[in-house]
Amino acid sequence: MRLVVDLNRCQGYAQCAFLAPDVFTMHGEEALIYTPRAGEAQREQVARAVAACPVQAVTVDWADVPVAAEEAGGHGR
Amino acid sequence: MAADGAAEVFRRRGHAVVVGASLAGLRAAETLREEGFTGTLTMIGDEPRDPYDRPPLSKQVLLGRVPADGTELPRRRALDARWRLGVAAAGLDLAGRRVRLADGEEVAFDRLLIATGARARPWFRESEAALDGVFVLRTADDAARLTRRLAAGPRRVLVVGAGFTGSEIASACRERGLEVTVAERGPAPLVGALGGVVGAVAARLQRDHGVDLRCGVTVTALEGDLAGRLRRAHLSDGAALDVDVAVIGLGAIRNTEWLTGSGLAAGPRGVACDAGCRAFDVHGIVTDDVFVAGDVARSPHPLFGYQFLSLEHWGNAVAQAEVAAHNMISSGLDRRPHLWLPAFWSAQFGVNVKSVGVPPLGDELVVTQGALAENRFVAAYGFQGRFIAAVAFDQGRWLDFYRGLIESAAPFPPAFTNLDRRTDGTRPVPADFPDPSLPTHGPTVTLSGYSPSERRLRFTPAPA
Ligand SMILES: Cc1cc2nc3c(=O)[nH]c(=O)nc-3n(C[C@H](O)[C@H](O)[C@H](O)COP(=O)(O)OP(=O)(O)OC[C@H]3O[C@@H](n4cnc5c(N)ncnc54)[C@H](O)[C@@H]3O)c2cc1C
Ligand code: SF4
Repeated sequence: MRLVVDLNRCQGYAQCAFLAPDVFTMHGEEALIYTPRAGEAQREQVARAVAACPVQAVTVDWADVPVAAEEAGGHGR
Repeated sequence: MAADGAAEVFRRRGHAVVVGASLAGLRAAETLREEGFTGTLTMIGDEPRDPYDRPPLSKQVLLGRVPADGTELPRRRALDARWRLGVAAAGLDLAGRRVRLADGEEVAFDRLLIATGARARPWFRESEAALDGVFVLRTADDAARLTRRLAAGPRRVLVVGAGFTGSEIASACRERGLEVTVAERGPAPLVGALGGVVGAVAARLQRDHGVDLRCGVTVTALEGDLAGRLRRAHLSDGAALDVDVAVIGLGAIRNTEWLTGSGLAAGPRGVACDAGCRAFDVHGIVTDDVFVAGDVARSPHPLFGYQFLSLEHWGNAVAQAEVAAHNMISSGLDRRPHLWLPAFWSAQFGVNVKSVGVPPLGDELVVTQGALAENRFVAAYGFQGRFIAAVAFDQGRWLDFYRGLIESAAPFPPAFTNLDRRTDGTRPVPADFPDPSLPTHGPTVTLSGYSPSERRLRFTPAPA
């Protein structure tokens, strides 16, 4: 899956880092560092983190299909 | 009425072409589909890869935590688009409504979105820029090359220019345990974007983290060995440094060359457009079918005296793309202005930096919360008695409050007394921006154009 965090919106409360520590970590007191591409094994964690974010700062694309494949009709959503 | 009909026909079966397939281009395309555009959508981008996110490149990627090719942007929905990636747009025929591609092909459009962003300003002397060990950082390929070199353990890295990107690079180098020198022409890091008062905090942060920070100097020459590898850098104060990596952080240049001669008001400062994202032609007349969004755009902001703002901010690219796309398929009163309040973040030396409003417009500053000495504060910026911006170091949660004050043009200095202002006094001090007529390596906001309230900046040397 692919994800991006709107860090203007993020309040640094770290719920995501608590629920999906493999993908989100705090760097210093309130800066968030995350992995923009996470594997299937992280799916459940990430789903919980996305739901828990109080400001809905996380956008996820579960499919992670390259545009070339999408064009060929393979976009799986 | 005719115009309304045109927008409706376009929405149903028009051809929308987006040039520049990155953050702004992608978000605009998604918005077009989201809002019911069912016509043909073509995405043209010169980078041969999926649209990807750039902010991680100077942070997670340089730290080695995320691979340089691992920041592709999530898509918010299926786009059903034709993608022409790996080929640049080379020209625009405004009257004939065609984009000419570098491979000679022509793509006809009914409506066009220009989202070609900016590129890194290269080192000014070409032979030196070509030395092995000289880098810029804008693209995923740049990040891959630089990360590889940093991982190999250079003896010393030189960062040229202490804007946001340069400062983040220096921070990543220190975190990797590398020796790093930062050379900055101005009196402090980030001074063009945040002013001298906050710049002094950034300077202290760098030094406390072991950066060899040298302000008030420029790099005059990069010297290579016989094999073409960078060996030494020369500074304007006569110093010479043995370095094997130099990263040029001298700001960005807008990608507008492909529009030269097109009849659009496009130049080195970007493509001028109205608050509805419609491009101006060279006569200053707004066009109906050409829209602009993201780093390449320059547009007037009603909250800031209708001055034209060029913003190199992630949030601006997203918000402006959404407005541009909406307006591409709307007409008359359904069109929306791009009223987004500028905001950005940066992470460096373990500190979360956040900003709202336009700090370089401010002439005075007051620390409203925390303390500069603790690297944890909110600094509020005022201009002619009203709130114009706020910058937070590790106090990001407060910025929504300040956003409200800026949007309502609240009086400055603030009357509120409920916030803690321990050490930095309650009286405003000059925000201390350098003389705007002296070019710096690049603030992330540039201001230009008509200002009803004439802009006066006081030049005060940084306190010793
Ligand atoms: C290293 C780095 C770190 C950053 N960190 C932050 C941050 O912490 N916070 C923040 O707010 N912002 C940050 N930014 C800024 C943010 O990434 C940009 O504002 C954003 O990328 C702008 O998006 P854009 O789509 O307008 O332009 P761009 O991302 O520049 O995309 C333009 C695209 O158009 C392509 N293109 C150019 N010319 C042509 C042509 N003729 N034909 C076809 N395609 C063309 C380009 O190759 C590119 O793919 C950072 C930027 C960089 C480089
Ligand atoms: S949960 Fe949301 S607001 Fe909190 S740190 Fe994560 S992304 Fe930011």
